[in-house]
Formats: sequence, C-alpha cells, structure tokens
Amino acid sequence: MSTTENPTEHGPEGSEKQNGFENPGLPYHRPRRADVDPKADKKAERQVAALFGVSIIGTIVAIGSYMALDMTDEIDSIRFVNMAIGLGIFLAMIGIGLGAIHWAKTLMRDHEMVEERHALRSSDEGREGAIQNLKDGVEDSGLGGVKRRPVLVGSMLTALLAAPLALLWPQIGNMGADWNISNFGHTMWRKGMRLTRDPDGTPIKASDVTIGSAFHVIPEGLNELEHHKIEEKAKAVVLLLRLDPRDLNLQPGREDWSFDGIIAFSKICTHVGCPVALYEQQTHHLLCPCHQSTFDVANGAKVVFGPAKRPLPQLPIAVDDEGYIVAQSDFHEPIGPSYWTRLHDTSDGLHADDDTEGSSH
Amino acid sequence: MGARLDSAAAGTANYIDERTSIGGFVKFFARKLFPDHWSFMLGEIALYSFVVLLLSGVFLTAFFVPSMTIVEYDGPLATMQGVEMSEAFASTLHMSFEVPGGLLMRQIHHWAALLFTAAIVTHMARVFFTGAFRKPRELNWLVGFTLMILSLAAGFSGYSLPDDVLSGNGLRIIEGVTRSIPIVGEYISYWIFGGEFPGEILIPRLFTMHILLVPGLILVLIALHLFLVFLHKHTQYPGGGRTHKNVVGLPLFPVYTAKAGGFFFVVFGIVALVAAIFTINPVWNYGPYDPSPVSAGTQPDWYILFVDGALRLMPGWLFDVIPMEWEIWGYTLSWNLLVPALILPGLFFGFLALYPWIEAWATGDRGEKHVLDRPRNAPVRTGIGVALITFYVVLVMEGSNDIIANLFHLSLNDLTYFFRIGIFVLPALAFWITRRICFGLQRKDRELVLHGKETGRIVRHEHGEYVEVHEPLTDEERWVLIQHDDIAPLEIEPEFNDRGVRRKGYRWDRFKQWLSRIYFEKRISPVTAEELAEAQHEHGHH
Amino acid sequence: MNALARHRYHRAAPVVLVLLLLGLIAGIAAAVSTASSAEATTATADDVTEGQKLFAANCASCHGLDAQGTDGVAPSLVGVGAAAVDFQVGTGRMPMQASGPQAIAKRPQFSAEEISQLAAYVASLGAGPAVPTAEQVDPELGDAANGMELFRTNCAMCHGSVGGGGALTQGKYAPNLWETTPTHIYEAMLVGPQSMPVFNDANIDPEGKRDIIAFLKAQDEGSPGGLRLGAIGPVAEGMWGWLVALGLIIASTVWIGARSS
Repeated sequence: MSTTENPTEHGPEGSEKQNGFENPGLPYHRPRRADVDPKADKKAERQVAALFGVSIIGTIVAIGSYMALDMTDEIDSIRFVNMAIGLGIFLAMIGIGLGAIHWAKTLMRDHEMVEERHALRSSDEGREGAIQNLKDGVEDSGLGGVKRRPVLVGSMLTALLAAPLALLWPQIGNMGADWNISNFGHTMWRKGMRLTRDPDGTPIKASDVTIGSAFHVIPEGLNELEHHKIEEKAKAVVLLLRLDPRDLNLQPGREDWSFDGIIAFSKICTHVGCPVALYEQQTHHLLCPCHQSTFDVANGAKVVFGPAKRPLPQLPIAVDDEGYIVAQSDFHEPIGPSYWTRLHDTSDGLHADDDTEGSSH
Repeated sequence: MGARLDSAAAGTANYIDERTSIGGFVKFFARKLFPDHWSFMLGEIALYSFVVLLLSGVFLTAFFVPSMTIVEYDGPLATMQGVEMSEAFASTLHMSFEVPGGLLMRQIHHWAALLFTAAIVTHMARVFFTGAFRKPRELNWLVGFTLMILSLAAGFSGYSLPDDVLSGNGLRIIEGVTRSIPIVGEYISYWIFGGEFPGEILIPRLFTMHILLVPGLILVLIALHLFLVFLHKHTQYPGGGRTHKNVVGLPLFPVYTAKAGGFFFVVFGIVALVAAIFTINPVWNYGPYDPSPVSAGTQPDWYILFVDGALRLMPGWLFDVIPMEWEIWGYTLSWNLLVPALILPGLFFGFLALYPWIEAWATGDRGEKHVLDRPRNAPVRTGIGVALITFYVVLVMEGSNDIIANLFHLSLNDLTYFFRIGIFVLPALAFWITRRICFGLQRKDRELVLHGKETGRIVRHEHGEYVEVHEPLTDEERWVLIQHDDIAPLEIEPEFNDRGVRRKGYRWDRFKQWLSRIYFEKRISPVTAEELAEAQHEHGHH
Repeated sequence: MNALARHRYHRAAPVVLVLLLLGLIAGIAAAVSTASSAEATTATADDVTEGQKLFAANCASCHGLDAQGTDGVAPSLVGVGAAAVDFQVGTGRMPMQASGPQAIAKRPQFSAEEISQLAAYVASLGAGPAVPTAEQVDPELGDAANGMELFRTNCAMCHGSVGGGGALTQGKYAPNLWETTPTHIYEAMLVGPQSMPVFNDANIDPEGKRDIIAFLKAQDEGSPGGLRLGAIGPVAEGMWGWLVALGLIIASTVWIGARSS
C-alpha cells in the first residue's frame, strides 16, 4: 500500500486527461485555526473535554433517575421515569459522539492523503495457477479428465440433492399440523345456533335490534370452546344489522334468510380477511378499514368500491320460539378471502339440516 | 509510569501477534483511507441503528415471553384489568408498565427499526443516484439489496411479536395473501401458521425468526458488505486529483475511528432522545389480538406500507365490468391479491436488484468506476430513480389515504381514484421532468465552463455597451464540471458478415443498442478543451 | 445526583404540563356539561312552549313546522327524543350551516337553557331516548377495562383505537372523541347520529356505555411513552421517524462531513 502525503506536486494519477483537460491535482491544503493558533487549539481541546463531561453527566442522570424515581400505577410516573432515563442516555451518548467527532475535526489530521488503487482482477500468473490447481484437483478426484468416474459423480449428486429432504420432509411435514385445508370451507355456525353478542356471548332477541343498529356477533358457545376458540372466532364473526325493510332489497333465493329487515353478514372481508366493521347506517355501506372495500348491505353486500370482488357471505337467520335470533345453517360458501380451491368448499346449504356434524366436502 | 504502560502494551501486542500475525492486518487497515462526505455516512446510520437494535433487543428478550398461552391480565394498567390475553401481549405490557426503563427500551428498539429501514433506503438512493453500483461493485449492490429485503423481514416479524390487534390484523392480511397463491397457497398458509389462522404456534416461530434467523443472516451479510467495501476501497466524488485509480481521504485510524465511532454515539443518542419523547407502537391502545375487532388507522409500519397501498389501489372490478378474481375450471385465481401483493413488489424489487447490469448493457463500459457520477450527468438514470421513488411514494400515500383524507377533509374514495391514475402518470411525469432538469443543469455547467461565473460587476465599454464581468473558473472548479465521460449510444456489428452469414448474438446486441439509445440518444456533452479555447478566443475579440 | 435528576424533570416538564392541562380542561368541560344535562331532565310545560318557538324560528325551515321533516332535506324529528336534540344542537352540528358530506361540530348556537327547551319540545312530539343523568355518564363509576373491550369491538373501527377519529367513505368521518363531553358520547350511542349506527340499551347496556366513557376518560392521562403523535397509528410514527430521527441524524452527518474552519 502506498500512501503519499499530498503537497502540491502531482502524483502520476493527477496527470490523467479528460475531454482534453488536465486533471489539476489536489487543491492546496488550507490549515485550520487550531493548526496555526495555539489558543484555538487549546479552546478546541476544552470544548471536546466539555462534551465528554456532558456524557458523564448524562450517565449520572440515567442511573440516578433509575434509582431515585419511583414508578407507580400512574401513567404520569411511568412517562416521567422513561423520559428521565431516556434523556440521560441521550446525553451520555451524544456527549461522547459529539466530543469524538469534534476532536477528529479540529485536532486530528485533516490533510487528505492519497492511496493508489489496484485493479481487482488477479494477475495472469495467478489466474493460470488457479486454473491449473483446479484442473489437477479434478483429475485427482476423477470428477473429470482422463480417469473420469461418471457413476461416482452421478450417485454423489443424487445423494447430495436427496439428503436435504431427509431433514426437510419431516420438518415441513410437522409444521402444518393436520394439513386439513378443507377447514377453510366451513365455520362453527349450525342450524338453530343462537347469535350472541361479542365479546360476552349473551343471546340477542329480534326485538333488541332496532332499526339502524349494528351488533357484533359470535356464535353461541364459542366462549366455552376448549380448543381452537380463536381460530373458530376468526371465521365465525358476524355483523348483525337492521335496516328499514323498505330499504332492503332481498336477493333472489335468499328471501327467507333475513327477518323483518334484520340481516347478518360475515364480518371477514372477501378481499384479504380484515374484519369489515365500519357500518354507515344512512347509506347502508360497510367499509373495511384495511383496504377500503365497500359493501352495500341493502343489496346483498355487493361490492361498490375497493379491491374486493365478491359480496360478503350472508348468514341465513331466523327467530326461535323464545324470540332469539338463530342461524338457519352455516354459511353457504367459504368466508373470507379467495383461495385456489374455494369453489370446492362451496356448499349449497349442506349444513341447513345438519346440526351435529360440521364436515363440508 | 508511562514507560511501564508502553512496555506492557508492547508485551501484549507481541503476545497476540506471535499467535495471530495480526501485525500485518493492523498495518493494512490502520491507515486505510476514506473520503470525507456527508452522504457516505448514510450506510453507517443503518449499521449503527442495527447495533442499537441488537443492544436494545437483548434487553427485550430478557422480559418478553414468546407464547400464545392465554392468561388474565393482572397488572397496573386500569384499562386491561382482567382482560384475557396471550403471554406475549401480557409480557409486553409488563415490560412497558412495570420495568423502569423497559418502555424506553421498547421505544428505542422500535424507533431504531424505523430508522434502520429508512437509512437503508436513503443509502441505497445515494448509491443509485451517484452510480456507485457500477463495476466492480455490482455484487455488493446485490448484497445491500438482500440486506434491505432482510430488514423488511426483521421489521415485520418484530412488529407482529406483541400479539396485539393491529399486528394481528397485519398477519391476517399476510395469511390472505399467502392463501391466494395458486395451487400451493393454502398449504403454505398451513405451514406458516401450523394449521388455521392464527393458531397457537406463530408467535414462537416469529420470535425465532426475529431474534436468530434474520439477524444472523443480516450480520453475515453486513460482514460481507463491509469486507467488499474494504476490498474495493471507497468511491469518491469528482474533484482535483481524484481519479478512477486512486482514493483521496483520511486514515481509518485515528480520524475515522473518531468520526465514525463518534457517529455511532450520535445515532444512539438521537434514537434515545426520540424514544424518550415520542410514543411508538402503543400496544396497550390496540389491546390483545382478537380476530373480531379492528381499528381505524390499521396500517403496517412505514416500510410495508407500500404493499398495503398497492392492495388498496387495485380495484376488485376493473371499470366495474372486468372481475379481478377469476374462476377457471373450478379454481379461483385472485388477481386483486396476486398483482398488488406479489407480482408488483416482485417486479419492483427485481428491477432494483438487476439495475447495475441493465445499465452496464446500455453503456457497454467494462472499466472499473471509482469516481462517482454527479446525478445530473446521468439524466436517464436519475430520471429512473426519481420515477421509482415517485411510484413508491404514490403507493405509500395510497396506503395512508384514510389518514390524509381525515387530516385534510378529503374523500378517501377520491384519493384512491386519483392515485389509480397517478400510479401510471406521476412516475412517467417525474422521469420526464427530472431528465429535463438534469439537461438544464448540464447546460448551465457548460455555460459556466465556457463563459465563467457572473461576478455582479457591470462595466461600460467605450462604445457605450454595458456588460457584466465574467470571471473564468479555476482549474479545480472547471475540472468538476468537465471530468465526466461523454457516452455515445452503442455501435454494434452488422447482422450479416461479409459472407452473408447471420451473426450469433445479434439479437442480444440489438437489445443492448436499443437500451443504450434510451440512455444516451439525447445527451449534452461536457465542454472539451477545444471548445473552451474557441470560446476564449471569441471573448478576446469583444 | 438527585438534584440533577430533578433538573431533567424540569426540562421534560412542559410536555407533562401540557398534557395535564388538557386533561384539566376536558375535566372541567365534562363537569360543566353534566351539570347542564342534569337540569335538562326536568322539563316543564313552559319549556315545551319556549322550545316550540325556538323550533319554529330556527329549525322549521328544514324540518317543517310540525317537525315531520322534508323529503331529501331533513328527517322527521318525531320520536327522536330529547337525547338527539341535546346531542345535535349541543355539539353545534344543528342548525346545519352548509351542506357537506356530514354535519360538522361547531360552537353551539344556543344556550344550555334554550337547548333543553328545544329538547323538551321535540320530546313532547313522540317518545324517544331521554338525556342521560349525571350519574349515567360519570366516568368515575365506570369500569375502564370493560369499556376497552366494548370500545374496540363496537367503536374502534371508525373512531380509532383510543378515539382519535378516522375516515369513512366519500369524505365522511368519525370524529375525534377526546373533547366530546360524556353526555354527548352517551347520547350519540343512544341515537346513532348521521352515519353512526344505533347502540341501544339492548346492544350496549347503560353500564356498558358508562364503561366506554370511563375508557375514553382514561385517555386524558396521555401515553406513558411520551407524546402520542395523534394516536393514529404507524403512519404518523413513520413520518416522525423520517422527519425527526433521520432528519436530525442526517443534519449531524452534514456537520461531520464539513471541514472545520
């Protein structure tokens, strides 16, 4: 490595020409105040020391705050402790940083030096040597050359390619639990299951749902599930709304899925699965806060804006003898976003009469 | 005392050197030169925020419990009393509300993460606009690009760990996108979540990814990135005495040890300051994850926001007639997810990763480039860079459209319609305007070289004409304005040789020529010595 | 050591002070409004007559002299109850000054007494929800933790996780709730003004409504992490990260890269 000081004379690198102009070489080095004035030098030294002093004070503040300040249940006290320790750390760090940089800028050398670069390409001899060594190795091993051993090479490559499977197959195989992807296709809703309030699980009477109301609903018994409660909730949540029956355009084939303006839709967006929950009762529009798909509840929750393509699945509901709202069946199609085999899981009301078992196809 | 210390130091040095031959390394590294420029420190910001992430992250692991087991909250926070939550969420609340300085560490960690990704992007932009990715640094550009992708993975996996409503909805979006992949999507989803969403295993899996796998890869690649920087030696901006064959700067020891070392403390200090004053990711506001609730302002951290923006931008029905979800032979293909969440980011990042080669095909230049370009001297590249940034910013704005709508009393629907057009128009416009500005600046440079700087002094000639006195540039000032190469579009060999045989590789050459013409067909050449002599000759005649 | 710590306290104090002050103002406002709504519950026949006059002078042009409403302009007010009037007029949303995506809250145009008279008149037209009592909206009596669960299930999707507000479609929005008085919050749930759905007592019972008020009240304490940047989520955090954190650091790189004089 050749480093040269740069006084005024140009090195060979400065003599490069470009567009007919000569490279003028490095500019004249102008000394700093601290280089020529001992007073400025002393002053800079004091400044650096003072900055390091700030850091020491900061450390004391941080440790002192930690030891001296009490954190109680009050939000104020938590905020105060964090702020005090944080500002202490800030001072402790910034003092060192500014001090060291100020030192480098004012007192260490600022006279630039020049270092030659060397092309990264290896020398020709180096390359030839490398190639020869590799050739010798290939020859020695029988990978190629005169005594080529194709059976060895072939079996080795096969073994190497297959061996990772010994590790990956069981590992990946275990990671997907039961791999029963048909679970995507159905939820825990069954015929006669009551619609209950989220989160406390109390049943809802039809008379409770006045016009303009929006109830966030979970299936009866969800809170008592021992296993997969959260997975079932993720699929089964429903929004229960009541519109003025005159505003509600019932969809063909679904005339008896709602009750006097009370209508229930899956809360899971058909775009990418966020809970669609922003209900504007005047326009009857449901908005998803994640990507703003907008569904028109008055018209079968069809998409009126945004990235979703399909309407929200409707949950067929009825009212039982005691006046509570119940489901007529599971959803008649998979809820939530689309996936490759979605249509295979789409039942045509299979669960309508099936209140014990939840299997779809 | 001093002498004894010296001899002790010498003894230690001798002990180590005899066992490691470290002397050679120290000799090589200690006086290694680095050029001085503020923009060369952007990558350091990323490096140092990563160190801050490691330091604060170690603290967090001491308190965080990566478990989805449900517990009942019993801590000081009144709004969470008796609420059921996962241990992950409960331990996050515990470290925030009951460990003095714990919330500070969380906030330092999260702010440092935002800074880490922001610094990487800024550093990448600097490298792009100055052409620092050119030979021999193409491979290091790829290493840096991979680090950028890993930083997104690190950020997203960490953001999801507290198991709150906000990040849970983010994961649900990831799940939906994963499931949309044709044929294998549903199985990949099962593989990631260990069954149906959300399952009980995801947080521990993300935890391992977040504290071991991703940071481990980042560390290895940072080492490779820095090794290549040492190997290539740093690039430098044009100036007198600086060429493609040398490097002009100050030595690593002591100047850069102090400057760069000190800068670490500055970065740490500023992150601590921001974390002391500003709340970040207040998970106690969102509450523990529950698949039913969602809150207005459900967005990811800024570095993933562009994907969210793309998802919002894509209509489910094109012009209200063409569905963006197809049902073919009983299978469903969701373009409204695949395009914005997978295809578009894939193309965007793929183009970025390959860019050094695309430009190399266009220039046909095989030499090592160590002097950086001034962005104006590469108008097409600069235009492409600004267009890419514009494209990205449009997506980020669309991802924030509800916030913008609420803040400025606009309609989010109108904003979406605007950005749906803007995503095509604005980047093209940005490219065109930027290129024009570059040409304008190049013309100004030519003016300066040919006619000198305006001095503001007006003199009156004998024959009554008033003229402003122009002062010629110094050699050094002029050199900066004329040192760049004047690259002409590629000339290629004809399709048929003299015997009428079609040449192999002609199509590829044609492609490169086409690319080259895009870059260099229209260009403004730097002033040559002859042109300057001519101009001075004319001035003399005045 | 302790003295130094105290010193830092004073430098951080303005932030804390401002937040405390905001809390105080909101507290006073809440106290004042609960006092006025308590008065409103005792309506006399005089109030109804006075209210009718006020209605004829200020509301009838849109809602009609008999308050039956005008198609496409203003809804019928028969049966909306005193709560709807107290909310709409008390928050300044009515009388509406200009048509827009939705009626905007502004300084109320009428005094507390006039509002109670108007409410009494409208309540006399048909049965509807009444203005809640002071006890029904007292955050001290509510359970903030239950309020959090109810709020995030029923309210957060529009009003944001802690009531910071959010956008709806076509320029409509769910307002910020931090300055809204407990009575008005309660009334809004009861009557479901404009885009907002109705949350009747069968959906969220009166205790639940009070719990929600207690949860919102708990937000006055601010965030333990410091300034909360509007509490609107990661977009604001990202912007501050770029502008403040990266901005300050890049400013320092410029200083580091500049030559010392």
